[in-house]
Amino acid sequence: MKSLGSIRRSFAPWADPASKPFISFKNVTKKFGDFTAVDDLSLNIYTREFFALLGASGCGKSTLLRMLAGFEQPTSGEIILDGQNLAGIPPYRRPVNMMFQSYALFPHMTVESNIAFGLKQDGMAKPDIAERVAQMLKLVKLEKFAKRKPHQLSGGQRQRVALARSLAKRPKVLLLDEPLGALDKKLREETQFELMDLQQELGLTFVIVTHDQEEAMTMADRIAVMSHGNVIQVATPAEIYEAPNSRFVADFIGDVNIFDGTVAAAEEGRVRVETAGGVPIRMASPEKLSTGAKAAVAVRPEKIRVTRQAPAHAPLNAAEGEIWDIGYLGDMTVFHIRLKDGKVIKASSLNAMRAVEDPLGYDQQVWVSFSEDAGVVLKD
Amino acid sequence: MAKIASAFVSRLVIIIPYAWLLFFFLIPFFIVFRISLSQTAVAMPPYTPVFDLADGLSGILEGVREFSLDNYIWLTEDVLYFNAYVSSVVIAAVSTFLTLLIGYPIAYGMAQAPRSIRPTLLMLVILPFWTSFLIRVYAWIAILKPEGLLNQFLITIGVIDQPLIILNTNWAIYIGIVYSYLPFMVLPIYSALEKMDQTLTEAAQDLGCTPITAFWRVTFPLSLAGVVAGCLLVFIPAVGEFVIPDLLGGSETLMIGKTLWNEFNANRDWPVSSAVATILLLILVLPIVYFQNVQAKADSEGR
Repeated sequence: MKSLGSIRRSFAPWADPASKPFISFKNVTKKFGDFTAVDDLSLNIYTREFFALLGASGCGKSTLLRMLAGFEQPTSGEIILDGQNLAGIPPYRRPVNMMFQSYALFPHMTVESNIAFGLKQDGMAKPDIAERVAQMLKLVKLEKFAKRKPHQLSGGQRQRVALARSLAKRPKVLLLDEPLGALDKKLREETQFELMDLQQELGLTFVIVTHDQEEAMTMADRIAVMSHGNVIQVATPAEIYEAPNSRFVADFIGDVNIFDGTVAAAEEGRVRVETAGGVPIRMASPEKLSTGAKAAVAVRPEKIRVTRQAPAHAPLNAAEGEIWDIGYLGDMTVFHIRLKDGKVIKASSLNAMRAVEDPLGYDQQVWVSFSEDAGVVLKD
Repeated sequence: MAKIASAFVSRLVIIIPYAWLLFFFLIPFFIVFRISLSQTAVAMPPYTPVFDLADGLSGILEGVREFSLDNYIWLTEDVLYFNAYVSSVVIAAVSTFLTLLIGYPIAYGMAQAPRSIRPTLLMLVILPFWTSFLIRVYAWIAILKPEGLLNQFLITIGVIDQPLIILNTNWAIYIGIVYSYLPFMVLPIYSALEKMDQTLTEAAQDLGCTPITAFWRVTFPLSLAGVVAGCLLVFIPAVGEFVIPDLLGGSETLMIGKTLWNEFNANRDWPVSSAVATILLLILVLPIVYFQNVQAKADSEGR
């Protein structure tokens, strides 16, 4: 069997200037009275992409999705889908289908009739409907539940019915509004991978709205991080995590230690930052920053080393502190280390062995350090 | 001790409605049924046999032997009663249908209205109950009579030049019933629509339904329980309605409530009027029991 992973790795139409976007938001603004939900937003999504809109509640991600589905009209700007301007096209004539957060299954219909709903509406022939419904039930592994009503199903099964129903019409784009929000953690993780496989198998474009960064990181080809109706960064999960373009993104995605300071010296590909806490930092930076400018250095916890002895490069990129808290998570251990100036640094280390001789304990004096390419320099 | 007391309280909570039904429905019904098996008599009360505990058990048994179904046989012999029953059911059915036609859009509009004004709308629906029912029906006479407000208005704006004859026709009865029973139709439908998930209609539209087909395929079926409840709440009292046909209907309007009133008051024939009432109850109760059985069966099959 061909590995889907290799397809995913080589999939990057957004990097190719010749490829045409499948969905385009062009300067889209949506206002509800005085409240601006989406503010002059432009965004391109490509065919077969698994695209995630990520942000806290109220950031405008759901409004964006609802505009694509046709439930809201943009106040200004336009949305193009497959070369067609969607302005004035009602939801029932758009080649997109949506999977609702609440699933919105029709309670008076069986699983079968729920899945057949859209096909019947399109006037498909009865045997064709039966065939397609059987196919969909197989896809979501619910063959045995065809005659049940939604209230007789578990949460996970309902989620599958909703998915099957939204896929039954073979839409060009599937919109998913917090599709896994109502599932418990374990089921959610399983379903994430199933959704990814399904998307590859069907070759569809998926646009998903979520507030769960882990979900977005796991599934999406690209993520748009949103805040206050704007897109802050659009990039692959790895880029978002390793090269956030702003303090907001660095802080929003995963855990991060941020050192605020000013640029003391800038040379080719590197900057020296003098931090408020007195830790001198030298960090790789592709961007040339001017001396004296405000800057912040963001370093992820897993890139921070915790040692008993001072590293060779101390005091550069290193600081002394005391272990304040230890969180044992099984696969890794999280340390909170309090520096002399009171700043608390988060560091995590993988528990590669079952038992460590002489493990680090509470109140021990330790050094935290990181290499010159461990972090990102952020302009403020 | 406290446990026994709370068990007693919880049992009491169940007993109260049953006791209520027993004293105010079942016992009165048996009294009516018992009278329907008696014969008229010029006496006080105006029927025989009359039981007296002083007669002892044998006296009571003798009285029971006098019971007969003569009054029911009498009802089948005079076509007047059959016609009155049929005409009552037809008038009630037409009125119920008209009430549904008017009540559903009102309930739908209320359920779609902004949450903040819904209590006000609900209040407005209930408001007419604050005036006496009788006064409201009398007011319709003033509106519908040939020289009444409606005809004056229509003549003034030039729609008609001869007054419409509405009062003392079946139309006046329909208007009266629709007007009087509208809240009983609106409230259950509103309550069914109000708790419906709004995203269901969005989902229907997403799957290709226009707003109108989405209504017929999703919204209406989901409000059916409210529609059935509303129709029963209108239909049942409308079949036995007496005041509205008496005040608004004509002399030729035949309704069972009016017939019953005549038998009871004008003819002083308590046994026959009791038989009329008993049959009326059967006409109303049997279809409901049947309907509920079907419903329960359908529910258990869905499982």
